Amino acid sequence: MIQEDVICSFCGCLCDDITAEVEAGAVSRVRHACRLGASKMMGHDRIKGPMIREDGTLVEASYQEAYDRAAQILLAARRPLLYGWASTVCEAQEKGVLLAEEVGGVMDSTATVCHGPSVIGIEEKGLASSTLGQVKNRADTIVFWGCNPAEAHPRHSLRYSSNVVGRFTPLGRAGRKIVVVDIRETRTSKNADKLVLIEPGSDYEVISALRMLVSGKAVIPERVGGVDKADLVALAEILKRAKFGAFFFGLGITHSRGRYKNVDNALSLVAELNSYTKFVVMPMRGHYNVAGIGQVLAWSSGFPMSVDFARGMPYFNPGETAACDLLARQDADAALIIAADPASNFPRSTVQALARIPVIQIDPYENPTTLLSKVVIPSAIAGIEAAGTAYRMDGLALRMKKLIDSPYPSDEEIIGQILESVKRQREMSAGGAAR
Amino acid sequence: MIVKGGTVYDPANGIFGEEMDICIEGGRITEKAAGEEIDAKGLLVMPGGVDAHSHIAGKKVNTGRIMSPGDSRSGVEPRTAVCRPSTGYTVPNCYAMGYRYARMGYTTVFEAATPIIDARHTHEELKEIPILDKGALTLFGNNWEVMECVHDRDIPKLAAYVAWGLQAARGYGVKIVNPGGGEAWGFGTNVKGVHDPVPNFDVTPAEIIRGLAQANEMLRLPHSIHLHFNNLGKPGNYSTALETLELLKDIKPSRRRQVVHVAHMQFSSYGGTSWKDFESRAPDIADYFNKSSHATMDMGQVIFGNATTMTADAPLEYANARIAHAKWSNYDIELEESSGVVPWVYGRKMLVNDVQWAIGLELALLTKDPWKVLLTTDHPNGGPFVNYPEVITLLMSRPKREAEIATQHEMAPKRSTIATIDREMDWGEVAVMTRAAPARVLGLAEKGHLGPGADADITIYDLKPNEVDPSVDHALVKKALAAAKYTIKGGAVVAKEGEILQAPLGRTYWVQAEVPAADAQRLMVDLQEKFDRYYSIQLSNYMVQDAYVANPVVIRPPAREAAKEVA
Repeated sequence: MIQEDVICSFCGCLCDDITAEVEAGAVSRVRHACRLGASKMMGHDRIKGPMIREDGTLVEASYQEAYDRAAQILLAARRPLLYGWASTVCEAQEKGVLLAEEVGGVMDSTATVCHGPSVIGIEEKGLASSTLGQVKNRADTIVFWGCNPAEAHPRHSLRYSSNVVGRFTPLGRAGRKIVVVDIRETRTSKNADKLVLIEPGSDYEVISALRMLVSGKAVIPERVGGVDKADLVALAEILKRAKFGAFFFGLGITHSRGRYKNVDNALSLVAELNSYTKFVVMPMRGHYNVAGIGQVLAWSSGFPMSVDFARGMPYFNPGETAACDLLARQDADAALIIAADPASNFPRSTVQALARIPVIQIDPYENPTTLLSKVVIPSAIAGIEAAGTAYRMDGLALRMKKLIDSPYPSDEEIIGQILESVKRQREMSAGGAAR
Repeated sequence: MIVKGGTVYDPANGIFGEEMDICIEGGRITEKAAGEEIDAKGLLVMPGGVDAHSHIAGKKVNTGRIMSPGDSRSGVEPRTAVCRPSTGYTVPNCYAMGYRYARMGYTTVFEAATPIIDARHTHEELKEIPILDKGALTLFGNNWEVMECVHDRDIPKLAAYVAWGLQAARGYGVKIVNPGGGEAWGFGTNVKGVHDPVPNFDVTPAEIIRGLAQANEMLRLPHSIHLHFNNLGKPGNYSTALETLELLKDIKPSRRRQVVHVAHMQFSSYGGTSWKDFESRAPDIADYFNKSSHATMDMGQVIFGNATTMTADAPLEYANARIAHAKWSNYDIELEESSGVVPWVYGRKMLVNDVQWAIGLELALLTKDPWKVLLTTDHPNGGPFVNYPEVITLLMSRPKREAEIATQHEMAPKRSTIATIDREMDWGEVAVMTRAAPARVLGLAEKGHLGPGADADITIYDLKPNEVDPSVDHALVKKALAAAKYTIKGGAVVAKEGEILQAPLGRTYWVQAEVPAADAQRLMVDLQEKFDRYYSIQLSNYMVQDAYVANPVVIRPPAREAAKEVA
């Protein structure tokens, strides 16, 4: 059977034009997707069944045993961390917020080690943005700063940005000016009209210089961040001459020296450019629904990440309540990790802290986090084996489809079952105490 | 259930302060009932409150939350056995929206602006708002398809698009915001008046507004077009308001209701040529409404303190951000809209803010017929909806208004007529502005009244209208309005004396209008091309799926043949 307009559950591009062929209960062929997306959709080595670690070894268990054990761990914890959430659907995330409220945990997403600084930058300055279709139809000038979509978001340029043809952009790539600002040449810069190489960690200074030039104040040093003044003057002119400019940024800004201050500065540059022309700015979100967890947390708790429910009401203070902070202080005494792999991506000391506490993992695939997990619960792959909502990097919500039946429960169901078990066991122990 | 002996205000049924019992059976008002009795002896009883214009769900609301963590830190209330935790003041989380409206005795609230392509997000939030019955108005004022149909003078095809768009968004009615200006903002400009052509589309705002009004009546939608004027928020814009209203005078309503509802009139009743000589022209606007019958408005009352401005009028938000040197979020939406969000503070000693405050009240007090003026703060643009008790008491008490004016900028009384107005509203007028009129303006037959068959949404306030003089005892009145003694929703007591007793999920209204198959087919040719060439998502992934609409109530306007009976 052929399914049209399937939505890819890999990156923040959330391409919704994928054709998938389904045979004998499995995806047999994927068309239109990039290699990253196709690989995920075709599936590979899955965790076979739930497991609980006994005497250092993961031993097969039933789903109910795994749910109950997970619930016991969360109930026994003083400060449980519920982390991940970027590669699953909003329906599972909403259940996750309920679970975090129930156990008084801290809920944080992978944004904390990704575009978390962007969120803080937005708190400082707001975000002057648009949908990707707006860029497609209007942008004649595009800046990729500290990001490399050619490798991380392979269809971005073809569907939404550099190379796509739209209503007011009939010439596609030929009608656009593409600028890449980075610390090295990249595959993205090969498709650019102008590459501005800056010294690592100098984003803040370079953006500041551009803000000066854009506002007509030419008093900047002869070289900023390793870039000649003449080059920056030329870049400022390109930005101001745009009819519609789009500024995409990635971890090169959020995770180099300055972090959220870099983002604040970039957002300010774009806001100021709107005094001269039309300009929008957008973070290149990584996981397909990392934008969704920010939305879900915001509408349910008021805050988009690092939300602490220990007080029975939401509290947000990044630097205190973010996943890495909790682990670095060895504050978290249990963790539920869903659809993420902190063992691979977190700073070493925090991974060590994670290894010392009971960890519940929910994921379709084995990854290094599995090695330090106490309870492992395999799940269906959202967008292939389970339906649900995801938010694209520009904030548009789409409904992921279920293509095939799965023997695995969905993330939503797993979180729901753990929540039920938590309530049940809490009632039982309350009943026992009363007797 | 029977509510015994209340002093009932039910203006839609001609009841003004009569002592009577209200019977409830199966979630509706009935002639007779048995079971539980609620003693409301002498207390003020009204239908559940209806808010026809409030920004409660969707991308711009969530953007307001994300960019203002400080706002979410205020108003925090813990989780209880019944309630999820609450946060926020100007942009409360979803749960707080439901609880806080219910505490004030409100049971129905309509979200004021959703782009079709963003409607999935709006419904995701609506289904998280407990207790209230809801609906969402759908934005049509800047859609390429709308402008092209208007350009071709093809009203039947435009009607087909409106019907399709309402279905796609699971929307309730036609919202128009700064028509043409949202498209112009796609390249950073705006339209300057109703006859200023929209760049690249060769149509004017006037043509868009008239075209959509005609399509709206062709479809016999329950609600009229719901219009946010061009030039909103600018000194001197009252002339744009009057010019726009004149455009619609000859259009015949297809139902017993207005032809146009004007959103947050306060923001479009400005005189002067700049902020320096800024003054109220509310008397001119009220005079127009007194002499005409095709339009209704809501106040958009300003409340001193924090607000968050959020609107599909994106150029306005950019101007706000520049005036206030404030943080600015913008969101332009392919083929459909623009929008923006800017946190705001209305200052008691700021002359312009004082005049804005006066204008909202002038509009309500100088317009003779309360059925033409709905009470809103355009939440959270003028201020958060939790301040409705403040607005009501200002309308009911001249001494309270005088006390307020005394705290304001010394020049303020010279820039409006507010200090000279004697009128003090009574409970009947308040019941019209907060219940009966919003339900009628929206076309909700079972809301806003207490006749048999109506939804059993009832508010009982701890106030004895026969004993309390709101003119004098306004503080007492405000306190009683802030936390109803009982809020009954669908026959169940959901709130009592400020405490939420249960939080069932309310219904979501949307409108499914029929159009001739030939018009729909012509439309689909256009749409297929737009999705093939311009949208960044596929047509098959565009429509809001049924999974997102909790407890849907689908309103189907009468087909064209049967329409005569309605008219």
